[in-house]
Amino acid sequence: MIATIDTLHDMEASLKSAVIDLLYRLADDAIIIGHRGSEWTGFAPILEEDIAFSSMAQDDMGHAQTFYQMLFELGEPDPDTNVFARKLDQWTCAGMVSISSQRDWAMSLVRKYFYDVAASIRLDALAEGALVPLAQLARKLRSEKKYHLMHGTMWIPRLGTGTRESHQLMQSAVDTLYPHALGMFEPTSADLLLEQAGVCPREDELRKRWQAEVENVLCGATLKVDADMSPVFGGRAGKHPKDLMALLDDMQLVYNLDPHAKW
Amino acid sequence: MSSQDESKGVAPRSRPRSKRLRAVWQSLETVTDPEIPVINIVEMGMINDVRLDEDHVIVDMTPTFAGCPALDFIRSEIRAAVSGFEKEVKVNVVFDPPWSTDRITEEARQKLKAFGLAPPTPASCEKGQEDMQHVPCPLCDSTHTSLESIFGPTLCRSIHYCHDCLQSFEHFKTIR
Repeated sequence: MIATIDTLHDMEASLKSAVIDLLYRLADDAIIIGHRGSEWTGFAPILEEDIAFSSMAQDDMGHAQTFYQMLFELGEPDPDTNVFARKLDQWTCAGMVSISSQRDWAMSLVRKYFYDVAASIRLDALAEGALVPLAQLARKLRSEKKYHLMHGTMWIPRLGTGTRESHQLMQSAVDTLYPHALGMFEPTSADLLLEQAGVCPREDELRKRWQAEVENVLCGATLKVDADMSPVFGGRAGKHPKDLMALLDDMQLVYNLDPHAKW
Repeated sequence: MSSQDESKGVAPRSRPRSKRLRAVWQSLETVTDPEIPVINIVEMGMINDVRLDEDHVIVDMTPTFAGCPALDFIRSEIRAAVSGFEKEVKVNVVFDPPWSTDRITEEARQKLKAFGLAPPTPASCEKGQEDMQHVPCPLCDSTHTSLESIFGPTLCRSIHYCHDCLQSFEHFKTIR
């Protein structure tokens, strides 16, 4: 039986730094996928999807904000500083969320679905985890996440089994993104400690759950996954696709014009 | 309120012990979510607790959606509404128990419907059984409706179409 940790201040230094590491990964993934989602505002192929991507982006950014707020309570910089002032190599988001989809809607849809399954699996695990404030937050966030999953599980089969063109676009997106999706579960030095403390299962275990769920939906959508694909790692260690630099330049532009401005 | 009710996520409506505390709750009832102006934040189930100590009025509020853009606005509205008690106001954002649509009072559900917004699935329905495809139309009560879009003009709404009265309508999504 693993003891629960009732407050953020009940952790010894090594576990605290593992939790900080975990929160940065959760927050960075959420804010960057949110920013990618927001790139569809005003440009999606149909109005409903314009609204859907914009709404989901708003949710994801909201989730990121709650994780950054928790980091702040743990003594890290405030949310604005973290989002707008951090340099490229300080980010820990997975490569998959950083890649520019170049306004390719199939890519964006598949990427969002891959992320949402991973996020849901993490939230489910955290909700059962030993760190009480994070478990409470995870229970709240997953009640919203279910609508994102519903969006993905509706569109993936619809387009996978739609026309020949839609099938090809979706298959091509799966082929491109799958190795990067596996990279969301890049092992980190925090894994063992988080598992032992009962906060969160290891990345490897989460990946197995993710693959079981995703491959089932892809199969139903007549989309294939090449079993030999190996993961693309790097994001958790601060090594990012060049697309992230362009995104940060864009996202941090106004803040950097006057970092001390009062809003 | 029994623990059974709390396990369903119903708002833990504390019984105000003092006249002053009751007055704070009444002040909170004047604050509305700007995106749903017809019901107040107490009816919405957004207030988890209110306490008074020597120097403070302490309000624990729980957000409907984590990314709700109105959150800061509502916090400042709360501060303004309870500013008349000659104490410093503290508004804490808490996630336990988390907000769920089961916390919206029955009266508030009727107000949502009158506003033209189909209310969320009631707590009495089995978990996970909410049927987004056949949400009852708030205008004619028909269930001959279909889901047009899971996402709508605000984070909490989805868009539906009624095949009987031929109107599109919005639904307050069930969150639990």
